[in-house]
Amino acid sequence: MDLNLSLQLSIPELILGISAVLILVFGAFRGDKGMTSVSALCGVALIAAAFAAAFSAFGKGYNGSLVVDGVAVFAKVAIYIAGLFIIVLGQGYFDRLNNRRFEFPILILLATLGMSVMVSAGDLIALYVGLELQSLALYVLAAFRRDDARSSEAGLKYFVLGALSSGLLLYGASLIYGFSGSMNFVEIARYTVANPGVGLIFGLVFLISGLAFKVSAAPFHMWTPDVYEGAPTPVVAFAAGAPKFAAMVLLARVLQTGFEGSEHSWQQVILALSVLSFLVGGLGGLMQKDFKRLLAYSSIANMGYALLAIAAGQSGVAALLLFFVMYMIDTLGLFSAQMALKRNGEPVSRIDQLAGLAKLNMPLTIAITVLALSVLGMPPLSGFWSKYFVFGAAIQGGLWGFAAAGLVASVIAAFYYLRILKLMWFDAPPSDLDAAPAEAKWISYASAAFAFPGVAIFLWLAYDVAQRAAIGFGS
Amino acid sequence: MLPAIPNILSLTTFLPLFGAIVILVMRAMARKDDSEVIARNAKWISLWTTLITLVLSVLMVLAFDKSTSNYQFVEHYKWFGPISYHMGVDGISILFVLLTAFLMPICIAASWDSIKVRITEYMVAFLMLETLVIGVFTSLDLFLFYIFFEGGLVPMFLIIGIWGGKDRVYAAYKFFLYTLLGSVLMLAAMLYLVTTLGTASIPEMTAKLAAAPLPVDVQGFLWFAFFASFAVKMPMWPVHTWLPDAHVQAPTAGSVMLAGILLKLGGYGFIRFNLPLFPDASEMFAPLVMALSVIAVVVTSLIAFRQTDIKKLIAYSSVAHMGFVTMGIFAGNAVGIQGAVFQMISHGLISGALFLCVGVVYDRWHTREIAFYGGLTKLMPHFAFVFLLFTMANVGLPGTSGFIGEITTMTGAYQWGTWVAFVAASGVIFSAVYALVLYKRVMFGVVTNDELKKYPDLTAREVALFVPLIVGTIALGVYPAFVFDFTTTSIDALVAGYRAAIGG
Repeated sequence: MDLNLSLQLSIPELILGISAVLILVFGAFRGDKGMTSVSALCGVALIAAAFAAAFSAFGKGYNGSLVVDGVAVFAKVAIYIAGLFIIVLGQGYFDRLNNRRFEFPILILLATLGMSVMVSAGDLIALYVGLELQSLALYVLAAFRRDDARSSEAGLKYFVLGALSSGLLLYGASLIYGFSGSMNFVEIARYTVANPGVGLIFGLVFLISGLAFKVSAAPFHMWTPDVYEGAPTPVVAFAAGAPKFAAMVLLARVLQTGFEGSEHSWQQVILALSVLSFLVGGLGGLMQKDFKRLLAYSSIANMGYALLAIAAGQSGVAALLLFFVMYMIDTLGLFSAQMALKRNGEPVSRIDQLAGLAKLNMPLTIAITVLALSVLGMPPLSGFWSKYFVFGAAIQGGLWGFAAAGLVASVIAAFYYLRILKLMWFDAPPSDLDAAPAEAKWISYASAAFAFPGVAIFLWLAYDVAQRAAIGFGS
Repeated sequence: MLPAIPNILSLTTFLPLFGAIVILVMRAMARKDDSEVIARNAKWISLWTTLITLVLSVLMVLAFDKSTSNYQFVEHYKWFGPISYHMGVDGISILFVLLTAFLMPICIAASWDSIKVRITEYMVAFLMLETLVIGVFTSLDLFLFYIFFEGGLVPMFLIIGIWGGKDRVYAAYKFFLYTLLGSVLMLAAMLYLVTTLGTASIPEMTAKLAAAPLPVDVQGFLWFAFFASFAVKMPMWPVHTWLPDAHVQAPTAGSVMLAGILLKLGGYGFIRFNLPLFPDASEMFAPLVMALSVIAVVVTSLIAFRQTDIKKLIAYSSVAHMGFVTMGIFAGNAVGIQGAVFQMISHGLISGALFLCVGVVYDRWHTREIAFYGGLTKLMPHFAFVFLLFTMANVGLPGTSGFIGEITTMTGAYQWGTWVAFVAASGVIFSAVYALVLYKRVMFGVVTNDELKKYPDLTAREVALFVPLIVGTIALGVYPAFVFDFTTTSIDALVAGYRAAIGG
């Protein structure tokens, strides 16, 4: 009976896990020429999992290890769809590099499975297993162009630092287990409220540090620019969005379920991370020359905003969900636009190579303009609404000083998005660009169209869904 | 009675945007080598779009009921959470809609020959700007307002940055970041209001706050956040420094928009938000605003006197004139606010015309150095007349709209405190000094520069640009009731609420 329910609750994960294994076998027989069909199969698996998740029942399974609630479902659907887009992007990318390898879509599938476990994690074991599955897949993906020195470097850096952070996280988890005597978040909360102590807080800080590394919040952000610069762009487009979403939901769940009732002990830590992140993200981005590095700093700043929503507590959960959907689409669009830009066969990687784009390729210029303005937070674009939710939640949680500080920091970050606009619109182009690859081009157009006017419809539909999803989270 | 047009507000607001989309589609469909045809079509589409918008806004003004202070032509659709698509105008905002729609065709026509590169983008930017600016005046939802208010930065950034003068990039950045910094503070305050009141509708919010005012210290913070945004936009001394740069670098039509409309967003915001939502704070901070206003009037007039660039001089004079507006608004009495609205409308016409005058000489000689010119009266008598008229209107000569605006705001300020009106009146004298000196240096004297003889007097197109502005300036100067008829009921209701809230 109980197993039956558990299995039923984990249908999306089962779909992903089983199809990953089966497709792997299929791919092993077909070899690298089968990448297209492997991609298609993985896409089908993701769609099936997304449907299964969307219509999934709520509840707890496997003795509370797996929690399926509104937030988990919302996040899962968003993450699966993100994975789908990345498979499409990656297919074209590796095709053109003549570097087809069928493992790529399967690794994406495994990473989404890891994230899926993360957003549903109800105890420390599920937390760690999900996190590691996701991370290991991403380490491999980051180093996926093994003939490329920078990609290998990115993968190695990511792995070494990631392993360190996993160690921190495990140490924290073991402390929490040792002091509270339970793995389960609900049990931990019960114990912490009754017996608050330094040992638990010590463990919690390590746990938060480990997760902060995964979401690249300052001061655990150092790997981000290097990995973003070196890793293959579709992988970065993935790593910048979905895993951070999963890790943020996980962080929110640990804090609001596992440490419910002891907000005072973690709120300051989260706020410190948040403020540091948007300051580092804002100021660090000012000096960047590489487009992907710039986006890395932009994502650090955005993680600062998301952390603000977590610090706000219960009122920030719905904000977090909406924030991440809109943020993932913006990032996806910007990275696809970067992939669409090539000059003499070389990708356009430095920001100043965008000069004069308005005279070369108007549709892409408009798309990048819209997306950059959106990340900057210009209304009515989606990035504005993501800030609206996050800062609104912060103010509702009584953190109005931090909200004001975050908004002012966003003005610093505005400077470097404006630089992109300035280069594209005001300057003269050095030479013509190559024809833009279709799938990258269209994904960036679609993202821009989502930023506006699509966001109007999205909010109209999804606002209530997110609000409802957030009800009862953390208890 | 005219037949009512359904959703006329949305129509007026979004028609320019539609025109912009038409231009973009046309361009995307056209062949690459047709660039001249595309440019020509873009110009005509823009001109017609702006003219139809003008017709629509005139129809709206004709159908407007002046006897009520309620919002009219209201459209209200739920969007999500507390936010809705809520539009409507009252006696104050409808005039600004008309002003925008009136200046816009002039801007398009003024750019007809002077913009030579990337014409389609230029036209698209202007049409988008028109939608965004009209939207500021017509939106009744706090966040809808913010969308339009902030959104206007982007087209203006592009207009200054692409078609501007030598230091255009610096000016564009400065304009954008300065205003953005001001408005994020306002955003924080708006978020606070929405989360505490649970509504984003401006009329509802005003009613709720009138029934149960916020504590004075909270009001103070919120007032200041709104003030930061509008003061930068206005711009008030000492946060005005972006304006001269932006004006000097912007193309002529960009300056007309900036001085004519965008500066008014600040004053409109004060009237719509600061006074009715935070009356206690407004009263508390009124001395500060008054001090800043009179400093603006006096100091920027003196600064203007020392300028060597015609456009910069007029830009500083704009700051001085906006000082009268803030003075009138925070006097908190009906005369002062009436005068402030009038002064904004009047300044929209006069400063727009003055920047067009600069455009006339700039298009010919490509310099704005005062020293370059001299003796133009002999060479361009028609231009001399137009420039003189608007210089005088700017100084506040009776018979022009400038006079009415200054006298009524000063009357309002006098009721608040005599010293304010006294100091501001001295500013009027200074403004006469710099304006007349400018006129003398550019227009009178002997022609020492042979370059000046190369070009003819005003062309028919330029005359056509100035005629409506001349008519407007004189008409408002002679018959100010046209504005006051519209604003009286709305402003009386506003002042009554304000007085009741501060208990006097």
